[in-house]
Amino acid sequence: MATGAGVYAAGMKKRHFILGGLGAAGALVVGWGLLPPRQRLTTAKPLATAPGQAALNGWVTIARDDSVRVVMPKSEMGQGTHTGLAMVLADELDADWASVRIAAAPIDKIYNNLASVVDSLPFHPDNDGAFKQLAAWMTAKSMREIGVMMTGGSSSIKDLWLPMRQAGASARAMLVGAAAQAWGVPAAEITVAAGVLSHPSGKRARFGELAEAAGRQPVPAEVVLKTPAQFTLIGKPLPRIEVAAKITGRAGFGLDVLQPGQLYATVAMCPVLGGKVQAFDGTAALKLPGVKQVLAVAGYHGGTAGVAVIADTPWHALQAIKRVTVTWDENVPAANFSSAAAMDQLANALDGETGFAYFKTGDVEAALKGAAKTITAEYRAPYLAHATMEPQNCTVQFKDGRATVWAPTQAPSLAQRAAALALGIDADQVEVNVTLLGGGFGRRLDVDFVGQAAAIAKAAGGLPVQTFWTREQDTQHDFYRPAAVSRFSAGFDAQGALVGWRNVSAGQAIVPQVLGRIFGLPAAGPDKTASEGAFDQPYEWPAARIAHEIIQLPVPVGFWRSVGHSHQAFFKESFVDEAAHAAGQDPVAFRAALLKKHPRHLKVLQRAAELAGWGTPSAPVPDGAKTARGVALHQSFGSIVAQVAEVSVAADKTVRVHRVVCVIDCGTAVNPNLIRQQMDSAIVFGLGAALSGRIDIEKGRVQQSNFHDVTMLRIDACPLISTEIIASSAAPEGVGEPGTPPIAPAVANALFALTGQRLRTLPLKLA
Amino acid sequence: MTTLQINGKAVQVQAEPETPLLWLLRGELQLTGTKFGCGMALCGACTVHVDGQPVRGCVTPISAVGDKAVTTIEGLQGKEAAAVHAAWLQLDVVQCGYCQSGQIMAAVALLRAKPKPSDADIDQALAGNLCRCGTYPRIRAAIHHAASTLAA
Repeated sequence: MATGAGVYAAGMKKRHFILGGLGAAGALVVGWGLLPPRQRLTTAKPLATAPGQAALNGWVTIARDDSVRVVMPKSEMGQGTHTGLAMVLADELDADWASVRIAAAPIDKIYNNLASVVDSLPFHPDNDGAFKQLAAWMTAKSMREIGVMMTGGSSSIKDLWLPMRQAGASARAMLVGAAAQAWGVPAAEITVAAGVLSHPSGKRARFGELAEAAGRQPVPAEVVLKTPAQFTLIGKPLPRIEVAAKITGRAGFGLDVLQPGQLYATVAMCPVLGGKVQAFDGTAALKLPGVKQVLAVAGYHGGTAGVAVIADTPWHALQAIKRVTVTWDENVPAANFSSAAAMDQLANALDGETGFAYFKTGDVEAALKGAAKTITAEYRAPYLAHATMEPQNCTVQFKDGRATVWAPTQAPSLAQRAAALALGIDADQVEVNVTLLGGGFGRRLDVDFVGQAAAIAKAAGGLPVQTFWTREQDTQHDFYRPAAVSRFSAGFDAQGALVGWRNVSAGQAIVPQVLGRIFGLPAAGPDKTASEGAFDQPYEWPAARIAHEIIQLPVPVGFWRSVGHSHQAFFKESFVDEAAHAAGQDPVAFRAALLKKHPRHLKVLQRAAELAGWGTPSAPVPDGAKTARGVALHQSFGSIVAQVAEVSVAADKTVRVHRVVCVIDCGTAVNPNLIRQQMDSAIVFGLGAALSGRIDIEKGRVQQSNFHDVTMLRIDACPLISTEIIASSAAPEGVGEPGTPPIAPAVANALFALTGQRLRTLPLKLA
Repeated sequence: MTTLQINGKAVQVQAEPETPLLWLLRGELQLTGTKFGCGMALCGACTVHVDGQPVRGCVTPISAVGDKAVTTIEGLQGKEAAAVHAAWLQLDVVQCGYCQSGQIMAAVALLRAKPKPSDADIDQALAGNLCRCGTYPRIRAAIHHAASTLAA
């Protein structure tokens, strides 16, 4: 039961980072030295280990009690990455899985996320590099910055697949070297399995017995990694490493941090996004029990300014904040903003703009002009909130010029910087402890709440302060999934074959905003995340132009699980369905005809269709309502997902989704159990948004506030979900997000099949 | 000073009578397993048992609790709790885990009331417990699994 409990325990004290500074080497066949840009095994600042514990490289330590600690730079927010990454290292190490623990990584460049940099480049997956000039875009530049210790973009396994394996293999070689020396036998005669080294002579040693000697071994110049057939852990459906802590209430999230003398602060931010405090009166609040201070706090990193109350307990803070009277300065651009009007503004922009073309092939204008039949349609998607179950929070202690931060963050190095800037100290005077995250979904890539919490703690005279938001503040001060509008035209020849595909969408760009609010950099230009999901798909268009027009609006927007794919997949897969029907073809067959050179995509699509019984009648549900199926195929974060949804409509027109068949090709499946969990997760997340998710803004004020109007899927509306993972030995790809994009269009397409109504606006509402 | 029965022990607390049980637990008593999600009884993250009944700690003032027995995730015991914990482990239900204290408290209360719940019973008993990670399919399967081990 106790596996992994230590680092996950609630009320965590300042942790002892266990990380060595030894340089290590190892690559599949070449020496480490041949791979300078990815020198990711050596930390800049060597850190001491606990007595009896040896650091074999920057990723793993082994203690006398045989415990193996995998040094973890990624945030665990439910996606299971701690388990998956530990499996990858432990497999090459031949460790005993039961002895594997997680240790938090400090902030160091070796832990920077490089995979997300590569993914941010606006290349079509089929492109082999011809768009090189685009690599200089601000998009890539910003992502290199954000790539500093970041968990997001479904990139963790992809990012650390080789470094974790190399670290494990290198540590294994050092243990073998130590055993060979101790026993006076050739290293080649030593075998390793489940944390035990053995020699045919009968000599045997556990990892813990040799760890310190192994730490003194030279780091191997090269190591040979296992072949997939040699994997003992990778590919197994192991349970997640922190499950025991999470079912007993012991797991430590951000809100569970308890430091000696800790105070609690809560905030009321200006209801108008970006607004400020003109004046406030805290007299009444200060008379309430336990209240220590009332203060104004600026907006940090894109957040909105407000007032804060510091008190002895969270309840006292919550009571007192209601008694602070504030005169807001609402003279900000958002004050005149309405999301309903903005949707029309986006649509109108498409009348006059052709956007920036992210993808072009053939002469689509000529193809559409010469077509025997054309269809056009316009699609819309609203702003959305992340609504992590754990509201935003951060605990900071600022004392003697140094700060300690405990934060549920996806970006520890940005959190460090945010705290340092708010406190006016150097970043190296800030220690960041990443707690477990009660959901992330991209919200916790932003660090507005960290700067805010640091500023509040600065007023607390050296005591630790936990700043926490109410659900209402969390809903109304998010970085929202951008609203978007998309327009399509498709042309067909006399035989019904597709001849042209034209698409232009409009909406806010995320990356330039992030650059501005995090780094203070002015930014403009194309943003891959705005068009991803539209332009980067496998379909073999005969002629196409796929473009996006960035529209500036005064709404803070951010990365929402699957980002651009979240709405672009709905637009694109719905219109593909429209095109299939216009061509008089079956939606699966129509897609398959556009995937002749994409066997992996074709296989995923056809397997999903087969498993769902596509082409056979679907049975009515017990209340007699008819059912129908819809399909969607989408590629994101390197993985290919197809889903078939089976839906019915209740007498009161409620859309009911009964069953979802999901097929994913994500390359090597490191842990099929966790991949299945992520498909459940992504489908439920996307389905909730598709059926009822929306954020409306009037005069700069977010209209929704709590779970009565931020509605999301509950257990009684959750479909049966079955997932099949395509067997593959290709490099592992993303898993946390790719299950979200296809669900909305799969449901919308099923509703069309069932009712004949084509729903082109999210959330889906039948007439 | 108020005396409450928390996880089988009499506990003297300083908090004012109108303080919601959730905030007493998380603040003064430092029992952080019970979670804050909404403050309006809309998400179920703060579910605790009061005399065995699931209640939302965020809207239950301690004055309404009196000498009734309060059980939190930290003090959960009994055969239904053991079966639920075992099922949650075996089916690897959790993801981020934030809502799971509340889910487990709701599941245990359900199994005590209905040892062999139907899908409709599960829907009714747990529809008030939000999960943003989408653990619902495994929660449902784990409750059925726990029911089958209790019946064995």
